[in-house]
Amino acid sequence: MQGPHETDGFSRRTVLFSIGGGAAVMTGMTLFPALAIADEGAVNDAIKSMVGEVPAEGGVSLDLPEIAENGNTVPLSFEIDAPMGDDVHVTDVMILADGNPSPDVAVFHFTPMSGKAAGSTRLRLAGTQNVIAVAQLSDGSAMMGKKQVKVTIGGCGG
Amino acid sequence: MFTRRDFMRTAAATAILMGGPMGLRRAAAQQTLTQDDLLRFDPLGQVTLLHVTDVHAQLMPIYFREPSVNLGVGEVEGKPPHITGADFLARFDIPKDSPECYALTNVDFTALARTYGRVGGLDRLATLVNAIRAERPGNTLFLDGGDTWQGSYTSLQTNGADMVKAFNALKTDAMTAHWEFTYGQDRVMEILDGELDFPFLCGNVLDTMWEEPVFESTRMFERGGVQVAVIGQAFPYTPIANPSHLIPEWSFGIRPDTVQEHVDNARANGAEVVVLLSHNGFDVDRKLASLVDGIDVILTGHTHDALPREVKVGKTLLIASGSHGKFLSRLDLEVKGGAVTDYRYRLIPVFSDVITPDPDMAKVIADLRAPYEAECTRVLGQTDDLLYRRGNFNGSFDDLICQALLAERDAEIALSPGFRWGATLLPGQDITVDDVYSMTSITYPNAYRQTMSGEMLKTIMEDVADNIFNEDPFYQQGGDMVRVGGMGYAIDIHKPMGQRISDMTLLSTGEPIDPTRDYVVAGWASVNEGTEGPPIYDVVSNYIEKQGTVSVPENSSIKIKA
Repeated sequence: MQGPHETDGFSRRTVLFSIGGGAAVMTGMTLFPALAIADEGAVNDAIKSMVGEVPAEGGVSLDLPEIAENGNTVPLSFEIDAPMGDDVHVTDVMILADGNPSPDVAVFHFTPMSGKAAGSTRLRLAGTQNVIAVAQLSDGSAMMGKKQVKVTIGGCGG
Repeated sequence: MFTRRDFMRTAAATAILMGGPMGLRRAAAQQTLTQDDLLRFDPLGQVTLLHVTDVHAQLMPIYFREPSVNLGVGEVEGKPPHITGADFLARFDIPKDSPECYALTNVDFTALARTYGRVGGLDRLATLVNAIRAERPGNTLFLDGGDTWQGSYTSLQTNGADMVKAFNALKTDAMTAHWEFTYGQDRVMEILDGELDFPFLCGNVLDTMWEEPVFESTRMFERGGVQVAVIGQAFPYTPIANPSHLIPEWSFGIRPDTVQEHVDNARANGAEVVVLLSHNGFDVDRKLASLVDGIDVILTGHTHDALPREVKVGKTLLIASGSHGKFLSRLDLEVKGGAVTDYRYRLIPVFSDVITPDPDMAKVIADLRAPYEAECTRVLGQTDDLLYRRGNFNGSFDDLICQALLAERDAEIALSPGFRWGATLLPGQDITVDDVYSMTSITYPNAYRQTMSGEMLKTIMEDVADNIFNEDPFYQQGGDMVRVGGMGYAIDIHKPMGQRISDMTLLSTGEPIDPTRDYVVAGWASVNEGTEGPPIYDVVSNYIEKQGTVSVPENSSIKIKA
């Protein structure tokens, strides 16, 4: 297993909103935009350019917090439920954040030698949004998983 | 010699002679209510679980009014615990004006409080726990769901040490945590290293660097010849709802897969009963129970719900034991062939005036309070109105805090966090230092004053509303709505995030909030490091002392759209 790699044409995932200054506090930490506006077109284009059509959801276990403790560094891990034999195996897994100014986060590459198609990384989220993992298999099929992560002002729980 | 119970009965008899409706009611109450009644239970099986949670450092008896507004959304709409008042009475077949009515609802609260008296007090709790232990020696596990070390003047002065000592004295078998973490990670570790006599179980807390467990997750106990595994689940959103800078190296989360691993490990190690001692909040636990296999009992916490009956999700029993030491839950389990085959449950209200205080525990409490007693009981003023906190949108004590913030910090708008803890005061009662700290004692108390645009105010209101009314409980934080002074608004809880809040109005002028204008806002409990301003308990104390007698008009500035 290698990666995460930033592939050609993807903006660096570090290029994100520089989010509001110290004024944006109440009970809160730094105020993120309440709902990051998803550019559905760009996300779908990225998926299609990798796997052809947008796959149905399933076969991808995506471990992310429901509410991020820190939007600047959100832990993510994934595992693809697919065989990793010489005949059929996962070749690539692309991670997308559909509400970030640039949705592309990373692509992980796999071979049958990887044993399983699993990985982990941390990502920065500009606001509440969906994180998507798309797996490309060597036989041309594809799998997808999606999970919403809330980035909240914080405070008030109790 | 008279016992206290005899005294109460004498008082009841006197009340009959005194006549009047209140006297009659008091007589009726105390003739039907004794310590033995509270303890009455037909024992079952080999294991007795006792559970308290969210005591919030209340060593002494208090009044505590249950909420009149506790709305659920999505699948849980109209389901317990999201029913209140008369609906609650009907649902659980509780007679109006009965002791259970007083304990479990807000119905006729002030009148019933004068009849049935205070609730809680750890010396009373000790009496109940000790009596049950004596009846079930070797069968009983006493578990604390957390939010124990925070919520009083003495807990703040001692950095939680008073409550640690009190729960050591109660011979607690295990606890989990939430507000405990607001003393900071160094203090938590100091307590675990030398002060706490029993396990602190938090299986869902990992270090931020390596994602490795920080605390013990599971403790196995043998009770009545049965192996009982207790798994601890700390409040999953501690670093979001409270300052993360106090616990910079710890990461939380619901982590259903991790819970499943702990359950599977416990079973593999021979557990015949698996208990999740949880601070998730009731709705989160209800969902978690449907995702994790093999949990027999979830002892829920955090959302302060008190339910007289268990809720069953698949094979898992959910128990909701209330808050502030007002209730003790007793759950007896019969175990055969490595599985729970029968159970019996009772939510026992801790009626302070009918329980003889345990003398040893009373001494522990008196010693803990002695250095602070004079300050704690100092009278700041009186209240004309019932002062309470619980409710989704406002509480009268929060309205008082907002009054204080507007006046003392010279602000147009006040924001006060939607905490669920804090005792209740009856009309005519003195307000003491204890009472103010019961509502405000936190380790990040600074009351800020700053400008916020109308747009930012809207963003904050929407964000907090989604933390309560998101249809998926895993996205909720379990507090109530942020309290607002100086501003009115309307809310439609069924709308999606960003569309729930409307009609925001500056009450002083009656004009709509202008998204582009800056408003002077005062508030407290910012989770930001370095927040400046006087501590909220001083702000509120000063205001009450200036007022002498406080009154809080009915809050009519929040419109709830159904």
